[in-house]
Amino acid sequence: MIRLERRPQPSRLWTGLTPILAVVLTMIVGGIMFAALGKPPLEAIRTIFWDPLFHPQFAGYSRPQLLVKAGPLILIAIGLSIGFRAGIWNIGAEGQYIMGAVTGAAVGLAFYPSDSVLLFPLMVVAGALGGWLWGMIPAVLKTKFGTNEILVSLMLVYVAENILASASSGWLRNPEGQGFPGSRNFKQWPAVFNDELVANTGMHWGVLVAFVAVIGAYVLMARHIQGFNVRLTGEAPRAARFSGVSPARIVFLCLGISGALAGMAGLFEVTGPAGQISIDFGSGYGFTAIIVAFLGRLNPFGILAAGLLMALTYIGGELAQLMLGLPGASIQLFQGMLLFFLLATDVFTNYRVRFARKEVA
Amino acid sequence: MDPVLLVVSIMVSATPILLAAIGELVTEKAGVLNLGVEGMMITGAVMGFAIAVTTGSPTLGFLGAAVASAVLSLSFGILTQYLLSNQVATGLGLTLVGLGLSALIGSNYEGQRAPSLPKLDIPLLGDIPVAGRMLFSHDFVVYLSLALVVAVWAFLKFTRAGLILRAVGEDHESAHALGYKVVRVRMAAIAFGGACAGLGGAYVSLVRVPQWTEGMTAGAGWIALAIVVFASWRPLGVLIGAYLFGGVTVIQLNLQAAGTTVPVELLSMSPYLITIIVLVIISARGSHGAPGSLGRPFHAAS
Repeated sequence: MIRLERRPQPSRLWTGLTPILAVVLTMIVGGIMFAALGKPPLEAIRTIFWDPLFHPQFAGYSRPQLLVKAGPLILIAIGLSIGFRAGIWNIGAEGQYIMGAVTGAAVGLAFYPSDSVLLFPLMVVAGALGGWLWGMIPAVLKTKFGTNEILVSLMLVYVAENILASASSGWLRNPEGQGFPGSRNFKQWPAVFNDELVANTGMHWGVLVAFVAVIGAYVLMARHIQGFNVRLTGEAPRAARFSGVSPARIVFLCLGISGALAGMAGLFEVTGPAGQISIDFGSGYGFTAIIVAFLGRLNPFGILAAGLLMALTYIGGELAQLMLGLPGASIQLFQGMLLFFLLATDVFTNYRVRFARKEVA
Repeated sequence: MDPVLLVVSIMVSATPILLAAIGELVTEKAGVLNLGVEGMMITGAVMGFAIAVTTGSPTLGFLGAAVASAVLSLSFGILTQYLLSNQVATGLGLTLVGLGLSALIGSNYEGQRAPSLPKLDIPLLGDIPVAGRMLFSHDFVVYLSLALVVAVWAFLKFTRAGLILRAVGEDHESAHALGYKVVRVRMAAIAFGGACAGLGGAYVSLVRVPQWTEGMTAGAGWIALAIVVFASWRPLGVLIGAYLFGGVTVIQLNLQAAGTTVPVELLSMSPYLITIIVLVIISARGSHGAPGSLGRPFHAAS
């Protein structure tokens, strides 16, 4: 008879060990899945996890992509993790990401073709503000009316996608684009193009901001009173209220930070790797970032590592599509499984497994 | 527009959400918050479609979809009930897994057409002039969904098993102390929710569209979750909510087709906006009868 015994405190050893265990389990089950699809399992795993970094032919192209993909994932996940710590479930980061990109791009395009050095910082602020506002909607509704933030933030993703569609085919469309949908290309506008800071590294402003956010989140959560209040609200809501922490303020803080960071991620993406507002701009980073946040144990440095790993599966997945003809969707399933196995193995973090004979009552 | 056609299309567009929502209602009544409805629906959509296309029988498709989604939902059950994982996170994980899985399975079926589901003309009633065509000549799944609402209502209100299920959802510690098997009841409720979501998903891919495209449920699962809140966890409320939502969707689509001056994007986002507004109105009214143990993990100390 197996019995679970609650640990007085989560095991620190297992907290670190479960993500690794989850990755290994995902590789095993993923390998079986690839075999079932008629692909060589070991080669598929190697193509996803090893080749993007070390393949003699492709690594030169795919290594910089690692930071390009990890940047937005980390930036969004850092914001989400703060809310998740407080038990505030913002799952609409995708919408905030889109709105940040649309708002920032709209502000920038209003000044086209200015070449002021102030324009790009202004766009970043506008992007953060756009995401922040989109995050404030569920926050206001939750604090004023008690509306569930999970459902509202998620519904707003679909609203944002429609705003994106109308922007790309209507009010932000490139006037010189022969009527094709899509805004002006920021890559052809040097003043605001979010180019690589160092050639061939994939390092752009967004990645830099993501790194700063990691450190900032660490300081906030580990060293600042507001971070303590956030954790207290998540772990002991009653105790938090008795000690004078306003639940509404925590909601505003968490949704505000995650909205602003997701909005910034969107702006850096639209002015950099994506290049323009287009109908398919929303790439699912906002949802994958949820996996990143959990895989990183809601810890800033963990999220840094998890973001890089998840970026690796994106690039490796593309590579496997190209080289092995693996369906693109399999990588999505792969990422979902990773979260599932992590949550499953987490039982060891919070519980001690005891083997005992069934006692006689 | 022809009022008969309007009512018929509202019923068709409400049915998937109604099915998913009535399943989720039972799950939540047992105290489990399964946010994976979208993932289970899309899995049901792809499995139902694949089976129906392969066998040529839509009925088998629906059956297969229900079984597949129930099995998928049990993975959520094992994680949350036996491995005591966080229900919110696990439900999100289920949605992500379901979206990936369905895209993988469905890639071979894109562009194909589903065998059509025969309409069930009820004799006599179906011959009544307008109302007959409006209400009594649908496929069997529409009637099944309505029957399920009544069955769930009666089950929760009048049966002993329904009472136990509600007790487990209301206060799992007390239910456990009385000797009820909390985890088993919840696993059964989760599987029922999964099967219903699967049926709903299959209805989208086999009747409403009827084709397979990636991500085709487009948030219907999330709307089903919202409708359970809107309904204040009452089966009749779920029925009203699903049909209201179906009405909004159909009117919105008709306006798009009619080419009004209202931007298409505004029309397409209106169902989601209305869902938010309704949620706000419901939550602003205060107490709304959520089960007491909803979303809380249960771990028997002894």
